[in-house]
Amino acid sequence: MTSLRKLENGVLTVGTFAAAALWIFPLYWAFITSMRSEDRVVSKEAGVIPDEFNPAAYIDILWNTNLVSWYINSIGTAVIITFTVIVSGMMCAYAISQMRFPGRRILYGVVLASFMVPSQALVVTQFILMNDMGLINTWAGIILPQLIVPVVIIVYKQFFDAVPKELREAVVLDGGGDYTLLFKVYLPLNWGITTALAIITFIMAWNQFLWPFLAVTTEDKMTIPVGITQVNDAFGVFYARLMSVALLGAMPVAIAYLIFQKKVTEAVMISSGVKG
Amino acid sequence: MAMLTNRRKEMAVAASLVAPFVLTFALVFLYPAIRLVELSFTNSPLIGEGEWVGFDNFSRLLSDKLFLTSLRNNGYFVLLTVIPTTVLALCIALMINRLRGSVQALALAIFFLPYILPVSVVTQIWTWMLDFQFGVLQPVIAFFFGKSVAVFKNPYWAMPTVALVTIWWTNGFNVLLFIAGLRNIPKDYYEAAQLDGATRMQLFRRVTWPLLWPVTALVLTLQMILQLKIFDQIYLLTKGGPFNSSYVMLLMVYREAFQLNHGGYASAIALVLFIVIAAFSVLQYQLLRAGGRR
Repeated sequence: MTSLRKLENGVLTVGTFAAAALWIFPLYWAFITSMRSEDRVVSKEAGVIPDEFNPAAYIDILWNTNLVSWYINSIGTAVIITFTVIVSGMMCAYAISQMRFPGRRILYGVVLASFMVPSQALVVTQFILMNDMGLINTWAGIILPQLIVPVVIIVYKQFFDAVPKELREAVVLDGGGDYTLLFKVYLPLNWGITTALAIITFIMAWNQFLWPFLAVTTEDKMTIPVGITQVNDAFGVFYARLMSVALLGAMPVAIAYLIFQKKVTEAVMISSGVKG
Repeated sequence: MAMLTNRRKEMAVAASLVAPFVLTFALVFLYPAIRLVELSFTNSPLIGEGEWVGFDNFSRLLSDKLFLTSLRNNGYFVLLTVIPTTVLALCIALMINRLRGSVQALALAIFFLPYILPVSVVTQIWTWMLDFQFGVLQPVIAFFFGKSVAVFKNPYWAMPTVALVTIWWTNGFNVLLFIAGLRNIPKDYYEAAQLDGATRMQLFRRVTWPLLWPVTALVLTLQMILQLKIFDQIYLLTKGGPFNSSYVMLLMVYREAFQLNHGGYASAIALVLFIVIAAFSVLQYQLLRAGGRR
């Protein structure tokens, strides 16, 4: 390696870390702000070095907002959405991949087509439907329109297609039916992709803003992303509190991501088709 | 005879397997989609009955200044985000791809982390960073432009700032796709080219860029679709203002349907948005197929 190459490499590595530092700065700044007193936050001396570890803003948020209800609503709805999307998607994909029945091709065509439909364009009529069913401002109302995640079926079908046919024949000879096959053979063989899909479905559901924002009318039924925006109105410009509530709201998904980093990466790559 | 009952049994099993998805799909997706088309030809309020008005809503759209502004702003936003984020993501992916092991994992995590944050967390943080009086970025703006700017209250700054926030938020996704693409390029290509004495620039232009093109095309179309659907950040940062300078189609759907109670007109706008995005999605699907995947 020539010395010029070495110099280039050194510059590029330093540049990468400078860019990374810049990229993480907003989160760092939010954290520093959340640990300061409101007076300190807006004072001239408040620099970029952490100088105070004051949990007052966090305590105030926990006491004076509906944060706990928002957490419960977010966790509850996101868990139900994830479970339902994964199980119904897996069952549907299994039937499409492994069974012969009339309408199979049409069904898969519909799944592929709905992958291209922007669900945001449907919010008006979904709202009317939920209202007709009396589900506005309920968990069911938040959950139902979020249950269609076609990419889960598309990915599962790919993976089920790749399972060797010999396994199937062995189970069928032993008298096992399709449910046995799905839950005793196909699912255990695909635990990896199942957890990956479950994690990104959960993150997606947790972060959903537009639909829960429309479907909920009272503060106690809000999910985290919607609830956070209420804190502005309640406190005005008290940035330590705004930052602490934002960070508390982001924490569950941030932790989930940091723990399952590899899985999330894999799921994103597979579900967008760059890695099969 | 046994064959026949077997066949029938298999049918019943298949039906029970697809039923949960199919029924939910019919209820919350297909039915609302059909209703959307139907409503767009009526003058009905959000809740309640209306009358059939034919293509009135659509002809009204063509002369609705706010709609044309929204359409233009959607285009402007696409311009401000799609190519910049693609170029930026490619640069970052190339930088990360050089690193190894846990250092690489750390760098990737830093660039990806914003993507998994809820949108309102992102907007809260940036509202604070760009606060006119106390924002940490105002001295930076003052340094380059001579004075502080209330970015979300200034018609020239609003859209570019929302675009900047959006790029910070979603760029990690694109970085990840590019990294996957880079990993798919066989190492021997680089080794062979290096043996021939290729420079770093030549390696990029002759090996990386052409082999990465399917992923680049995918990122471009995915971004196009995503950015056309912009609503959350606009609503939370500018509410479409100032002077409608950041008004976009989905915001108009929201305003017409939920604040002005024009269910029919809102449906017509939503339908237009739907068609525009569907067209780009078909394009994306073709590209995916052309790329030899799925």
